[in-house]
Amino acid sequence: MARNTFSMDSQPSLNKKMGAVVKFLDRLFREKPLGAVGAVIFLIMLLTGFFANFLAPYGYNEINPLEMLKAPSAQFWLGTDALGRDVLSRIIYGARISMIVGFSATTMSILISVLIGITTGFFGGKYDLIMQRLVDSWMIFPGLVVLIVAISITGPGLWNIVFILGLTYGIAGSRIIRGATLSTKEEIYVHASNAIGASSFRQLFRHILPNIMAPVIILFTTRLAAVILAEATMSFLGLGVPPPTPTWGGMLNEARGYMLQVPLLSIWPGVALTLAIYGINVFGDALRDLLDPRLRGGLSSYSDSIAKST
Amino acid sequence: MSEKLLEIRDLHTYFWTENGWVKAVNGVSFDLWKGETLGIVGESGCGKSVTALSILRLIPNPPGRILKGEIIFEGRDLLQLSDEEMLRVRGNRISMVFQEPMTSLNPVLTVGRQVGEPLELHRGASIKGALRVAIELLKKTRIPAAENRATDYPHQFSGGMRQRAMIAMGLGCEPGLIIADEPTTALDVTVQAQLLDLMKSLTRDLSASLMIITHNLGVVARYADRVNVMYAGKIVETGTAHDIYEDTRHPYTLGLMASVPKIDQDVKAKLVPIEGQPPDLAHLPEGCSFYPRCTFAVEKCSKEVPPLETVGGIHQKACWIDVRK
Repeated sequence: MARNTFSMDSQPSLNKKMGAVVKFLDRLFREKPLGAVGAVIFLIMLLTGFFANFLAPYGYNEINPLEMLKAPSAQFWLGTDALGRDVLSRIIYGARISMIVGFSATTMSILISVLIGITTGFFGGKYDLIMQRLVDSWMIFPGLVVLIVAISITGPGLWNIVFILGLTYGIAGSRIIRGATLSTKEEIYVHASNAIGASSFRQLFRHILPNIMAPVIILFTTRLAAVILAEATMSFLGLGVPPPTPTWGGMLNEARGYMLQVPLLSIWPGVALTLAIYGINVFGDALRDLLDPRLRGGLSSYSDSIAKST
Repeated sequence: MSEKLLEIRDLHTYFWTENGWVKAVNGVSFDLWKGETLGIVGESGCGKSVTALSILRLIPNPPGRILKGEIIFEGRDLLQLSDEEMLRVRGNRISMVFQEPMTSLNPVLTVGRQVGEPLELHRGASIKGALRVAIELLKKTRIPAAENRATDYPHQFSGGMRQRAMIAMGLGCEPGLIIADEPTTALDVTVQAQLLDLMKSLTRDLSASLMIITHNLGVVARYADRVNVMYAGKIVETGTAHDIYEDTRHPYTLGLMASVPKIDQDVKAKLVPIEGQPPDLAHLPEGCSFYPRCTFAVEKCSKEVPPLETVGGIHQKACWIDVRK
């Protein structure tokens, strides 16, 4: 991108940063329309969770014995469940739980991944060998088995599940960060920073970490979807966030008993869950395509440049 | 002559591989005077870069190890310094310009930040202060509109400009020694000449010494005061640029000269390559390492390692044969 060398920007760096964001959004909508749809779904879900108090027409635990298992109506848009609670309100509050679990567990997992990943990749040697064998032995077990065992130790609860999901996904994700670190630390600019007398700590956090942000961000979006799904699974099995807190997984579980009588009851949380996972995944894919320079200039941007040049 | 800045004595840097110890630098000794430009030439894998990296103690360990020797820089043996002391030498008293300008700048930091980084590290400069000096340095290396360019990212720079930025980064702390490891290999010829002129004049301003590692004999002839010719981890001939070019005494140097095209040569004239391959550094032949490829070789060459002997002034060669005959 040619930049005007003689421009008289008063705040060139700020303008550049804003410009980069605008350019990124422009590319997202232009090159990855599906990804933009995902981003919108993700954003709606985020806002729904955040403003659940204002959006929900009823309280999530407002029991109404006279209105049990009602079909959708003007009063209850998505109907009511076996205790006469408004399904729409519970889905809106469920978004909040999903977001809380999703974001905190994912953040925790990324922190763990980055911490293990960059140190093992950078320092190598015996430390790397021992840490990675520990990671291996953790990853031998199927994810769900580990989760069930861990939950049965700590007992169900919101922060327990956040902690366990964060730990499990964090340890597994360290592999990806380690791989990225391994290739980045051989870059000449890292050697060069060594040659100007930068300490290991500085090399790690100033020169390597910023250069592996693309895989970190991508890991974040893929993990977010996985964590939300895992939380729903755990809640469905009754090992997640205990009732009466509304979770999509828990709602599916409660609706299971009325599958034949009121099938809509299990469809609504399913739809919410599917949409959320789909949105995040599609958005994550688009993000990966746009952020990873090796994948950049894929079909769309290459054909764009050809169209412009001819 | 002025005082000695760097004195390397009997340096041995080996790398451990499955085939045994690779003797990348095998007993190298030389001096570097203040303000002098020293050229180190030789083909790929002869130990030029490893010598340079040994001086900064940047040899990856494992597999590499500096087995023995002394590197006395400004009166201190760098090999005896602790790691923390070494951090204060790198980029401060000795700086290095790398071979690949396209990849030796961090793509996510602005050029100005990186050029100022040695100052942040060694002079305790603030980010803003370092940036101000960085702009001055970029001006010195003749980057146009340095104020605007300092906030650019490396991908907005051309190859030549990146190498200028690298040079600016190397000059920041006014080091005593600048090591340039094939600084112009990836650049085109006109830019090469500009950059080397620039480097030479800037190091002269700082009265710093410059060590140019290259396989380009033309660069050495034009810019170096003194030349070390290396082969298989050893210095085989050393002297002033004039000695090396006009009064070549080592068969290997003769071979290098013969393999360079000359402008007054007939267009049909063939270049004469040196036959054979450089020796396996893990299994060096007994005697002179160049002996298997040497057209002058006699029996003695296969038995005894020739020492560096003076042929006049500071001109030295390591060869049993007098090639003038």
